[in-house]
Amino acid sequence: MNFDKEYDASGLSCPLPIVKTKKALADMTTGQVLKVVATDPGSVCDMAAFAEQTGNALLEQGEEAGKFVFFLKKA
Amino acid sequence: MTKKMALIATKGTLDMAYPPFILGSTAAALGWDVQIFFTFYGLQLLRKDLSDVKISPLANPAMPMPVPMPVMVQMLPGMESMATMMMKQKMKSKGVASLEELRDLCLEAEVKFVACQMTVDLFEFSKADFIENVEYGGAATFMKFAGESDVCLFI
Repeated sequence: MNFDKEYDASGLSCPLPIVKTKKALADMTTGQVLKVVATDPGSVCDMAAFAEQTGNALLEQGEEAGKFVFFLKKA
Repeated sequence: MTKKMALIATKGTLDMAYPPFILGSTAAALGWDVQIFFTFYGLQLLRKDLSDVKISPLANPAMPMPVPMPVMVQMLPGMESMATMMMKQKMKSKGVASLEELRDLCLEAEVKFVACQMTVDLFEFSKADFIENVEYGGAATFMKFAGESDVCLFI
């Protein structure tokens, strides 16, 4: 999937992947796509909850080289 | 309508310092309006220098220890500092943010910190020891925000 920006949260634990994802989205414009990479297994549920509550759509999620990958569309 | 969360932080140990800052920074990231009321030992979390925020294995039987340690040993001088150092190392190695970092993230996200004026006076704390961006108030200040909140927790 194409994306406009990537944020690597590898090695970080709750709540940093979510809080830093929010910061990474801050300077993006509506419709742009952010790719987030994380190693925290909790981030799978957390990212979905983040997307639902903030309106930033979770376009796709999966695993890539043993890491969790998320694509968020900025609201 | 923006959701609101009101927290009361009453504990000043390392383990109990995390929940208010984790929930505060996360709720703010979710777009919530957050206020944390710091009272009694929770006031220690507002100090510029957080190095006195420690964890003790004493009277804390659920704390996982690398080796079993009798209470008589846990109470020896220096054990608290050692346990704190070990816990901080463990946290760092697991990618857990430091208290300072989480507190900064809260402030950056405009989480409002309110210090209990009564306890500041009771313990004769100096406001100069606390970070800026702190308001001083009492129970009525907290109730005003708590009354409008969606989530209200006592920690």
